[in-house]
Amino acid sequence: MTFVRPVFRHPESPKNALGYTKKFYEGALSTLCAGCGHDSVSGAIIQACFEMAVEPHKVAKLSGIGCSSKTPTYFLANSHGFNSVHGRMPSVATGAYLANRDLMYIGVSGDGDSASIGMGQFVHAIRRNLNITYIIMNNGCYGLTKGQDSATADFGSINKSGAANLYQAIDMVGLALELGATFVARSFSGDKDQLIPLIKAGMSHPGFALIDVVSPCVTFNNNVGSTKSYDYTREHIEATAAVDFVPIMEEITTEYAEGDTVAVQLHDGSTIHLNKLAPDFNPRDRHSAVSKLYQAKASGEILTGLIYIEPETRDLHSLLNTTSLPLNTLEKEVLCPGQQVLDNINASLR
Amino acid sequence: MLNDFVIRFANVNGTGSASANDMFAKAIFRMGIPVSPKNIFPSNIQGLPTWYEVRVSEKGYLGRREGIDIMVSVNPQSMPKDIANVKSGGYFIYDSTKELYKDFIRDDIHYLGIPMMQMCMDKFADPRQRQLLKNMIYVGALSALLDIEIEVLQGIIQQKFKGKEKLVTANYEAMEMGRQYAQEHFTCPFPEHRVARRDLVNDWIMMDGNSACGLGAVYAGATVLSWYPITPSTSLADAFGKYAKKYRIDPETGQNNFAIVQAEDELAAIGMVIGANWNGARSFTATSGPGVSLMSEFLGLAYFAEIPTVLVDVQRGGPSTGMPTRTQQSDLLIAAYASHGDTKQVLLFPSTPAECFSMMGEAFDLAERLQTPVLVMTDLDLGMNENMSPPLKWDQSKPYDRGKVFNAEQLEQMTERFGRYLDVDGDGIPYRTIPGTHPTKGSFFTRGTSRDEYAVYTEEGPAYVRNMDRLVKKWETAKQYVPGPELYQREKQSAFGMLFFGTTTYAANEARDLLTEQGITLDCMRVKAFPFSQEVQQFIDNHQRVFIVEQNRDAQFKSLIVNELAINPAKLTSILNYDGFPITADVIRQKIYEQLVGKLKPPFAEHEPGEPSESEVSE
Ligand SMILES: Cc1ncc(C[n+]2csc(CCOP(=O)(O)OP(=O)(O)O)c2C)c(N)n1
Ligand code: SF4
Ligand SMILES: [Mg+2]
Repeated sequence: MTFVRPVFRHPESPKNALGYTKKFYEGALSTLCAGCGHDSVSGAIIQACFEMAVEPHKVAKLSGIGCSSKTPTYFLANSHGFNSVHGRMPSVATGAYLANRDLMYIGVSGDGDSASIGMGQFVHAIRRNLNITYIIMNNGCYGLTKGQDSATADFGSINKSGAANLYQAIDMVGLALELGATFVARSFSGDKDQLIPLIKAGMSHPGFALIDVVSPCVTFNNNVGSTKSYDYTREHIEATAAVDFVPIMEEITTEYAEGDTVAVQLHDGSTIHLNKLAPDFNPRDRHSAVSKLYQAKASGEILTGLIYIEPETRDLHSLLNTTSLPLNTLEKEVLCPGQQVLDNINASLR
Repeated sequence: MLNDFVIRFANVNGTGSASANDMFAKAIFRMGIPVSPKNIFPSNIQGLPTWYEVRVSEKGYLGRREGIDIMVSVNPQSMPKDIANVKSGGYFIYDSTKELYKDFIRDDIHYLGIPMMQMCMDKFADPRQRQLLKNMIYVGALSALLDIEIEVLQGIIQQKFKGKEKLVTANYEAMEMGRQYAQEHFTCPFPEHRVARRDLVNDWIMMDGNSACGLGAVYAGATVLSWYPITPSTSLADAFGKYAKKYRIDPETGQNNFAIVQAEDELAAIGMVIGANWNGARSFTATSGPGVSLMSEFLGLAYFAEIPTVLVDVQRGGPSTGMPTRTQQSDLLIAAYASHGDTKQVLLFPSTPAECFSMMGEAFDLAERLQTPVLVMTDLDLGMNENMSPPLKWDQSKPYDRGKVFNAEQLEQMTERFGRYLDVDGDGIPYRTIPGTHPTKGSFFTRGTSRDEYAVYTEEGPAYVRNMDRLVKKWETAKQYVPGPELYQREKQSAFGMLFFGTTTYAANEARDLLTEQGITLDCMRVKAFPFSQEVQQFIDNHQRVFIVEQNRDAQFKSLIVNELAINPAKLTSILNYDGFPITADVIRQKIYEQLVGKLKPPFAEHEPGEPSESEVSE
């Protein structure tokens, strides 16, 4: 268990725009190993939701199976959650989204969950531009089944038993870019300053928002030689830019040095500010994103930050031309064609 | 015999014969005579032989019957077999543009050659038209030979090609050519095999079960369909789409009050269905055996996490890819106990298109009432043939049963802690909440892992057992809600009973009459749902011996009966058919007669399979 939460809370702990304290966004106590990266990601989700002042009950959190997929229990206790089956969260989320387009969807998955057993569903959710913030807690191994290499483990990465991985890694960011994902980001569980704004931006994005988070497994894949350990990640991280997310209702208070900043306006009016950009990088250009990713890979770096965004995008409901009302609110009067129509149908079949 | 014969059309897949054949069957139906057409088609898109078999039955028997009285052959490929399949004394009508091989001549059947292709070549210029209208030539010839009212056929053509006058004229012409040719060259009508107007079809309709299910889902308020293409269920998804586009587009905004997703596979299809139902929409999928296999894991989740789910299984020949274009009732066991662990799933067994339609409504009501998957078990025979059926009926006054769902006000007033899996009413059915209902009350975590009454993860044995036992209680409750069986007699008449379900009903009813003629009375019961209600148990208890008729090799329905009811299995005798063709009354009669009396002297017609075994499979 990572955190033993302090029982005492300051009575005047800060409140967000809805008047909720951060506690309102927390969940049950985590049962993950102390130091597990996933708990930090849960913490970042809590912080992002608190700061964004989302109504927790207007969020649905879905996951597959794995240590990572357990985390939705540990945040947003007032949201409905769905811990589905291994690798199949994207389909459950798709169905849920089809039923109610008004909720906000957070999908949590692991690298085993999304890059192996659930690869097909992951790919197709992107293809359909499902409106979801899809967080992969990526530790390069199967935590819950005791540390086997996953498909995102780098070639040659040494696992706990000392064996080097024989196979090439699947890079979920590269894959998502290739598939046409409209929001692609990578971060590190140990970098809250970067992760929190990315989650906020992902939640504001009206389509599939992938956040691949390197989230070390302290128990099975944090050893020397592992390329998903805390130390290795810290040493090899390369950020595209520092990210600052400014929601629509907030004034810009930070001062941005001219020339250093790119502001991306999101569909809902909020803005992401990206500082200290590499001069050759443009997050709205897929080519540029892909080449940056390859460059980083070639030099042994882990590229993080907002890698690609297409702010104006048509999500699944828009593609399907569904009614703007949530389908789950339609009543029989609207849904059932009635007796007269049936009489006509019967007549036409004689 | 008058209004009593079987005619088979031997065509080539993809040559437009289906539409002509449908017109033929429809014409007889419109003359008030019961008719039952069946497609016998290969797993192929173009080029392989395909058959269309029509049974005409004054007595109203709609099951398949062996023995072909009239064969219409426009496919040289299958000609030798087609000739062999004609009953002695029957007729073989063929395209005589090419002369018949001498080897093909049998001296016990009549040959009627019509130079169909030649006539088309002479008359029509366009090659595609020539091919399509060739079919209308034989329809025209049949109108003369079988005495079908030409005005009825013309009416059907007019209706079909409404607004396309050129097509109407061309079809009329082709039909008239065939009719005249027959009148000039043959004695018309046939002395025995012909039709005469009757008034025997009442207000019935002709519809395929898949369309009826699709329409039923629209009426039942389904808003989300997710599916993956597979024969023979594809046309069900298509039908839902077609009807939804007609009746579910908002007239003001032009937006859809439905969503259809063709999933990447059946796992995703059922996953979406579960996600949508979890989120309060009525959602369903349609598939066949291979899809059900893939959906198993998810069906276990929906059972255990108690999420309403509706699935239509249009069964085909299994196992594996099996016989994709043939019919069977062989998914019963995998459906009834779908998924690992202790699971039991609710099944419905429609036997007519009208029931396909109404049972979709029942399926959604049951799924939401019981918070569990409901599998509607149809088959290829029901799903893909234009079956004669009572008209579709819908009780408009009945609201959708959305089951036990707490709304925002109920949650607001709630003082106690919400327990998602608490058995509040003692019927095993807990209350659920839909995401987004209330800011602070009613949220819970849905999971496939064991949990307590409050949906909190637990590995405590007693809590797990309490939950599993409550699911059994819910299963008992389900017995009161599922549709009860149909009895075919007011009171007990015999020591012998016959149990059947689904499409077996047609042949079983006919067999019952045939056996009565031979002095054997049978009490009959048609089962409409699993779990079985008390009446099924009683029916078996009340009879010394019960025949269970079904269309699979392993007597799966009987296994379910033995497994679920407290009865002596020795009382049960299976009557099975699993060659992929719909079971016939003759098979049932013969087998029951043999069981009760002994071997019959003049054996019944042997089964004559009419399909090529070497067909290329591509499904
Ligand atoms: C169908 C199925 N196969 C196998 C498993 C066993 N299983 C549980 S979690 C898991 C791997 C999880 O790995 P990942 O998604 O990376 O999550 P992590 O624990 O690393 O966070 C596996 C194989 C399962 N639950 N279901
Ligand atoms: S096994 Fe690894 S992934 Fe799982 S909780 Fe422990 S540290 Fe985290
Ligand atoms: Mg992992």
